[in-house]
Amino acid sequence: MSALIDEQRIESPPESDYKLPRINPHKTSEIVPWLRTPKTIWCPGCSNGTITRALIDAILGLELDAEKVVIVAGIGCSGRIAQYLEYSTVHAAHGRALAVATGVKVADPSLRVVVAMGDGDCSAIGGNHFIHAARRNIDLTALIFNNSIYGMTGGQMSPTTHTGDKSTTSVHGNVEAAFDLSELAHAAGATFVARGTAWAYRQLVSVIAGGIAHKGFAAVEAMAACPVYYGRFNLTADPAEFLKGQKEHAVPASKFEEGESRLHEQYPVGLLHHGERAEFVTSLARVREEAQEALRG
Amino acid sequence: MHIIETGNVAAALGVKLAGVQVVAAYPITPQTPLTEKLSELIEAGEMDARYVPVESEHSALAVCIGASSAGARSFTATSANGLLYMHEQVHWAAGARLPIVMCVANRAVGAPWNIWNDHQDSISQRDTGWIQIYSCDHQQIIDDTLKAFRLAETTSIPVMVCYDGYLLSHTYMPFEVPEQEKVEQFLPPFHPSYALDPSSPANLNTVTLPEIRTDVHGEMAHGYMEIRYLLQEDLRKAVQVVEEIDAAFQEIFGRGGAPLVEPYRCDDAEYVVVGMGSLTYQLWDVIETLRTEGHKIGVLGVRLYRPFPDAAVAAALRGARGVFVMEKALSYGYEGALCSDLKSALYDHIPDKSRAPFVKGLVAGIGGREIRTADLTDTLRSGLVGSIPEPGWIGIQL
Ligand SMILES: Cc1ncc(C[n+]2csc(CCOP(=O)(O)OP(=O)(O)O)c2C)c(N)n1
Ligand code: SF4
Ligand SMILES: [Mg+2]
Repeated sequence: MSALIDEQRIESPPESDYKLPRINPHKTSEIVPWLRTPKTIWCPGCSNGTITRALIDAILGLELDAEKVVIVAGIGCSGRIAQYLEYSTVHAAHGRALAVATGVKVADPSLRVVVAMGDGDCSAIGGNHFIHAARRNIDLTALIFNNSIYGMTGGQMSPTTHTGDKSTTSVHGNVEAAFDLSELAHAAGATFVARGTAWAYRQLVSVIAGGIAHKGFAAVEAMAACPVYYGRFNLTADPAEFLKGQKEHAVPASKFEEGESRLHEQYPVGLLHHGERAEFVTSLARVREEAQEALRG
Repeated sequence: MHIIETGNVAAALGVKLAGVQVVAAYPITPQTPLTEKLSELIEAGEMDARYVPVESEHSALAVCIGASSAGARSFTATSANGLLYMHEQVHWAAGARLPIVMCVANRAVGAPWNIWNDHQDSISQRDTGWIQIYSCDHQQIIDDTLKAFRLAETTSIPVMVCYDGYLLSHTYMPFEVPEQEKVEQFLPPFHPSYALDPSSPANLNTVTLPEIRTDVHGEMAHGYMEIRYLLQEDLRKAVQVVEEIDAAFQEIFGRGGAPLVEPYRCDDAEYVVVGMGSLTYQLWDVIETLRTEGHKIGVLGVRLYRPFPDAAVAAALRGARGVFVMEKALSYGYEGALCSDLKSALYDHIPDKSRAPFVKGLVAGIGGREIRTADLTDTLRSGLVGSIPEPGWIGIQL
C-alpha cells in the first residue's frame, strides 16, 4: 500500500509487458578492470563481494558510459565498495548517502547514480533520507545490502533484525519489529522496487540493472549474508549453509500470495513494484520552464 | 576489588555502579564495546535499567533528554561523527539543564574517514555548555564516570567523560572497582530538581522572548539571556564543585586529589608541557629522560577542560619560563583550543607580562598518528633551545 497522498502513480499491472533486463554474467576478466584492488576488508564468506560483482555486471550489461556512473556509498562493511570500485565514488557520512546522491544528481542530471547502503545506513541513521528520496521519486538507484545487522561495528541489531533475533545489543532476543525495506520504499513512493539474493546471482544482476535503467527512485534490496555476525548468532556461521537458507526462503514474487507478509523464512524476490510517476529532477526543470514561459507571457 | 579490563568496560562498570536507569546509544567504533557491555548487563538483570537501541546518535541523546526530564538517571556514549551528529541535542541538554552523563571514546572526525584517536570530536563540543572531563587511565575512567553523575546532579549540568579511543577504550589495565555500598554512600539516588509529573504540570523549554516578561502566573520570569547567563554562572561555580566532589570521593575511596589539573614534577620546573588524556602519562616518561639530562621540566595534565580551571592552570605555570601545549585537536584556522585557553588564563592571572612564560602550541597524534616517546623527547629537547621545527606538528611527513 502506498503512503502517498496526491500521487499520480500509474502502477503497471503484473501482466504488463515490462520485463527486467536479462544480462548474461560477464567473465571475470571483464569484471576485474572495474575493481581498484583485489583486497577487501570483508570476511571470508561475506556476500558483499557477490553483490559488488553483480553491480558491475549490471553496469556492464546496460552498457552504461562508465564516465557517467557515480557510486555514492554510506558507511558500513557494504559502504566499503566506494574504496574498491573503479568508477567515480563518494564515501558519504553514515546515513547521508542518499542526501549526498541527491546533490550529485541535481547538480548533473546526466549522471547515473547508484547509492550503496547497508540496512542500518539506509533505514536506521539514514531512514529519513530513504523515505524522502522515495517520496520525491528522484532518479537514483538505492542498492541496499541487507544483512539484517550492523556488520561493521560488530553485530548490533538494526531496523531489519527480526523480532527474537540475537545480536550484541539483543543478546537474549530482539523485542522490536523489523522493517520490510522493499515495502517501506514502496509505501514511501518508490516507483521501482525489487529484491534479489546473494544466492541467485543472475536474478540479482537483473534486479540491479532494472533499478538502474528505471527513471525514478529505485529501491533494490539485496539480501546479503553476514555469516560472521548475523549468521553465527541466528542461522549458521557457515557461508554455504547461509546461502542455501536464502534459496529456501526466497519465493518468486509471482508466487507470493497477495497481502502475505514477508517473514524471516519467506520473502518474495524479483520485481515487487513498478510504476511511473513524475520524476523529481525532470519536474523541477519542467516547472522552471513553465514559470519562465509564463513570465515571458 | 581489582580487575584487569578495558577502558570501555571500566566506563560500563561505572555506569552500572551509578545505578543508571535509562541507557540509549547507537554503536560507533571505538565506543561500541561499552554500550554492548551495558546492554548485556541490563539483559542479564545485573543492572536495573532500560536500554534503547536507538536508530542514531541524535535519537540517543534525545531519548536521554526525555528520560532525564522524566526524572531518570540517564546515560549515553559515542565517538567522533556520532558526537557531531548529536550536536544539536548536545546544546539542548545543557540549555535544558539536564544532568545527563555521556562517555566519549575520543576519535578523529570525518572527512576523510578515520577511526583512530584524537580529540577533535569532544573539543568541537567545547562551547555547548557541558562539563568536560578527560580521563588519563582506566581507574580515572571508572572514577570519573561515578563522579560525573554526582557533579551533573549537583549542578544540573550535563557531563562528558572523555577518554582516548583505542589507547584507553580497548587496552587492558588493572583498576579497582569501587564497592557498591560505598558508591551508594557517595552518590545518593537522583532527585531531579524538577521532573515531568502529571500532578504538577510544567511546560519545559518553551519559547522565550528577547525581553523578560511575566509567566502564566503573572510573575516576572527569566528570559533567554538570563537563562543562558545562569548556565554560564553555574558552570563557572562548577570548578569548585568538582573539587568538593573529588574531596568527598577521596574520603570514601582514597583516590583523587587532582581533579582540575594534575601537575607532575612542576614544583621547580622551568618548562612545563601541558596535555590532556593518556598523552599526559606518556609525557611523564619523556620528562624523566629530560630530567636525567639536567633539564628542569614538568608535565601539567588538564583533567577538567570545561569549565576551564584557569586559576589552577595559571597557578601551576607560575614561575615557568616556557610552556609547551601538546594537543590532539585544533581550532582550524588558528591554533589548538587548549593553547588559546591557556594563554588567556595566563593573561588574566599573571598581571606582570614580563614574568609570563612563552607558550608554544604543538599538535600530535591527529587521526591516530603514532606518538613516539622518542619523537616527543626530541621535540621537547629542541624546544628547550627554542628551535622546534615548524609547523610544530609532531610526526608530520609532508
Ligand atoms: C554518525 C555515525 N554513527 C555511527 C557510526 C558507526 N557505524 C559505522 S557502520 C555502522 C552500521 C553499519 O551497519 P549497516 O549500515 O547495516 O552496514 P553493514 O556494515 O552491515 O554493511 C555504524 C553504526 C558512524 N560511522 N557514524
Ligand atoms: S562483518 Fe558480516 S557483513 Fe561485514 S564483512 Fe564480515 S561477514 Fe560481511
Ligand atoms: Mg547491515
